[in-house]
Amino acid sequence: MAEPLARPLVRRYSAVVRLTHWLNAVFLVGMIASGLQIYDAYVHFGPRGTPLPLPNPLDGTPAPHWARLGGWLAGGLNWHFFLAWPFVITGLVYVSFLVLSGEWRSLVFRPRDLRPAVSMQLYYLRLRKEHPEQGKHNALQKAAYTFIVALGVISVLSGFAIYKPVQLGWLTTLFGGYELARYWHFVAVWLFAGFTLLHVLLVLLVDPASLRGMITGWYRGRFPSHD
Amino acid sequence: MTDARRLTRRDWLRLGIAAGPISLATACGWDGGPGLAPKLKAFSRLNDWVGEKIFFSSSRLARQYPVSARTPDQRFPAYSITFNETGAYPAVPDLRSWTLNVGGLVRKTVQLSRADLEALPRLTYTVKHHCVEGWTAIGTWTGVPLSAIAAMADPTADARYLRLDSSDSGYYNGWDLASAMHPQTILAYAYNDRPLGMNHGAPVRLYSPIKLGYKLTKYVTKVTFTRERPGGYWEDRGYPWFGGV
Repeated sequence: MAEPLARPLVRRYSAVVRLTHWLNAVFLVGMIASGLQIYDAYVHFGPRGTPLPLPNPLDGTPAPHWARLGGWLAGGLNWHFFLAWPFVITGLVYVSFLVLSGEWRSLVFRPRDLRPAVSMQLYYLRLRKEHPEQGKHNALQKAAYTFIVALGVISVLSGFAIYKPVQLGWLTTLFGGYELARYWHFVAVWLFAGFTLLHVLLVLLVDPASLRGMITGWYRGRFPSHD
Repeated sequence: MTDARRLTRRDWLRLGIAAGPISLATACGWDGGPGLAPKLKAFSRLNDWVGEKIFFSSSRLARQYPVSARTPDQRFPAYSITFNETGAYPAVPDLRSWTLNVGGLVRKTVQLSRADLEALPRLTYTVKHHCVEGWTAIGTWTGVPLSAIAAMADPTADARYLRLDSSDSGYYNGWDLASAMHPQTILAYAYNDRPLGMNHGAPVRLYSPIKLGYKLTKYVTKVTFTRERPGGYWEDRGYPWFGGV
């Protein structure tokens, strides 16, 4: 292990990435909280009379009061449809920046990341001693960050599918109809929550220096290379 | 080393400041309070505009379903403001004296009895009902296209909206003209092949598969063409005005 001070101080995250990251965190919490308030108005999935046999930990139960934003259905709707704008705009700015700057290369999981992902998983399972070589992010991180952007896209599209099921009927059909689209929109919440929990845990346990990096842009940690 | 630690502490503080408003906002199901809630409602006019001008198409028809896909009658939710307040549906009107009044910015005011309505060309469809609460149900509705009634009244060029009044404890709605003239927007007098019951808004209710349920005024008594945008029972309480699906 190298002495921490010997690690170089490097610029790690650009201002655009840092800003969109934290804004997204705020808007995501607001979207989920107002979404849970909307869910409270009908705490089931599927059409009236024939509920869909889908797993739902909150079937018949509203989300806890502290987790809801809006006070009642209309309040939840107005928060949700307001926050949706900055939520989507932040996402578009982030993705556009990745594409224009070429940063996507260190983040998008590609077929060639498959083998490194396996060695990384073996390392985490303690079946491999050496930490595999990596650039800015390891292959498992790439998989996670690619997944979360895809999840963002799916949550927005499924949102539109249940917002305008007649005018955007083709999109609603793509998600399997209104009732299923509403379900996928809800599943996205659990996946977002699970990702965030794991994300925060891994940052604190594996690479706490990256937290400072995501705030100030400067990083002095284990993975200084920038590919 | 000390430098890095001081930064980290400050960083945590910043994080805490960011997290503060979020947890405050989510705590206790906050609606935004008297300061923010009206602003949020005002903002929803932007979404109304997007729904009306960008998503809505006056020629796109909602999908129709086979009769076999119907939600069983007793599972199709029904409510009214009067029922919520008193536990009983509004009293059955005397159909011999009941009339629907069409007026406002029109060249010819029209009065129609239920028999008049039933004598007009009718439209029957089996469609999906989308409730703002998140549930759906499928039912068959029969009625007269609102556009046919508008043609009888001949609205002036000033008419941009419709106001629908009801006999249900002050329930009313406002519609944009384009949605009201949509080919699937009808004044319905039958549900699932039988005359409309009091639970579904007899003698006549507005129906359309292109709007959320709260826009579909039951117990309609009056249709008024207006220049100004009318409010609505739930819309005045915070629901989005356009309510198109």
